[in-house]
Amino acid sequence: MDTGTIIIGLTIFVLACFAGAELISKVPPTLHTPLMSGSNAISGIAIVGALLATGHSETFSSMTLIGFFAVIFASINVVGGYMVTRRMLQMFKK
Amino acid sequence: MSNHSINLIYLLSATLFMLGIKYLSSPHTAKRGNLLSMIGMAAAIGITLTSPGLHGFTLIIIGIIIGTVIGGYAALKVKMTSMPEMVALFNGCGGAASALVAMAEFRGPNTGFDSFTLITLLLSMIIGGLTFTGSLMAYAKLQGLISTRPITYPGQQFINGAIVLVTLVLASLLFQNPGNTLVFFGILALSLLLGVLAVIPIGGADMPVIICLLNSYSGLAVSMTGFALSNNALIITGSLVGASGIILTKIMCDAMNRSLANVLFSAFGKVDESAATTGESPTGSMKGFEVEDVATILTNAGTLIIVPGYGMAAAQAQHATRELADYLNEQGVEVRYAIHPVAGRMPGHMNVLLAEADVPYEQLFALEDINDDFASTDVVLVIGANDVVNPAAKTNPNSPIYGMPVLDVEKARTVIVLKRSMNVGFAGIENDLFYMDNTMMLFGDARSSLQKLVAALKQ
Repeated sequence: MDTGTIIIGLTIFVLACFAGAELISKVPPTLHTPLMSGSNAISGIAIVGALLATGHSETFSSMTLIGFFAVIFASINVVGGYMVTRRMLQMFKK
Repeated sequence: MSNHSINLIYLLSATLFMLGIKYLSSPHTAKRGNLLSMIGMAAAIGITLTSPGLHGFTLIIIGIIIGTVIGGYAALKVKMTSMPEMVALFNGCGGAASALVAMAEFRGPNTGFDSFTLITLLLSMIIGGLTFTGSLMAYAKLQGLISTRPITYPGQQFINGAIVLVTLVLASLLFQNPGNTLVFFGILALSLLLGVLAVIPIGGADMPVIICLLNSYSGLAVSMTGFALSNNALIITGSLVGASGIILTKIMCDAMNRSLANVLFSAFGKVDESAATTGESPTGSMKGFEVEDVATILTNAGTLIIVPGYGMAAAQAQHATRELADYLNEQGVEVRYAIHPVAGRMPGHMNVLLAEADVPYEQLFALEDINDDFASTDVVLVIGANDVVNPAAKTNPNSPIYGMPVLDVEKARTVIVLKRSMNVGFAGIENDLFYMDNTMMLFGDARSSLQKLVAALKQ
């Protein structure tokens, strides 16, 4: 990986941390549990890496197998996370 | 689709995730936010599947179906009281996924990693691995599968430190020879072990902080994977989650007036004989009252603040609480709820439990928004809360909870405390509030006490 790519990546990381902190500090305490489960769900974005690992080649290898398990774990995270968040948010009424 | 188009869709996904969190700034827009976030995730997954040269679709679909069934079933079945455990488990899955992706990269055809990729892959595997086992331990503690008391042994921190050191040494070995399988599995095993050992000395009452921290770790692991794969969507999303976890960790620590280091290393809540004897015992006596006496006080109140604690949820008394509040509201009493940040088992947990019992969110107030109002309030009803209403936090420098922000309930004209028994709270601390002249104790199961109260009021 060339240094330019690394620096762009680090720049994005730092800026996103600050943007995230700004957004999250505006979430009221009432919604902190849905915030946790919802942010939990988006951390399942690791599924992207899992898909690429599972499908990296036509031949079955240890990478395929590990990737397959990563897909399972990430899907649990994504689906479960969004569904509990939805369940909770539906309960908040005026 | 070309890599550039794919990256643009990833950017769209990251934007939708950010909007999702932005819309969480109000309960009114929160559902829309969750939907946007879901669309972002679906777009990211969908576009990844169109990557050039991707194979194994059958296997991928099977994996997604298995994960969807497990995650969906768990999400539908979980009780709101068990939400902290559930979030811990999902979080553990996220950590595991990041660690597995890193492992898959190591096992893949590319072995000529440059140092940056190698470092980020290793970090992703280590952080993801310890998030996985740490979350499982947090789950086991919250669920009562293992002792909620801190588990300590001599030299504990020395051993943990040694493990970190050995992991670093192994990592440098792998640096020299990325193909060394033995070293690779050694690092994996140690990171899994570290997750277990780091969480067992932490008491059950501190698990909310740990869940927040592990949430942050899982985000960090995702960011590291993003660096390794040069995937900006992962970097951005991971840092959002990391920031969210850290902010909530800080909120929880501040609410207990403790540093993160203190939470992680002090084994708070360990049975300590000396703590129980320090400090003076309260003067005066606890005054137990009957339901009818309490009903009379409530009838004559103009303003009421309800202070729920986890004891209320443990007694399944949320609905009975809301019935009482509704009845009094109809009679013209102004009813509000004061929610301490650590009232539940995770940040915002109490709000969710009350929302489930159909309490309107406008009646819920955070500590800093309502604390000044207690002095002008007629009646405060404390249901299953103890340490968060203990005035010793303000007055007794010897108290273990001294300095913790507490609700100033004792300033109200009358304080009614619903309590199961005369026992002390989790921290094992006497509560002066229960002995004060303006405090009325109503002993018994919170739910049946509340039901009797409603019946007495309606007569």
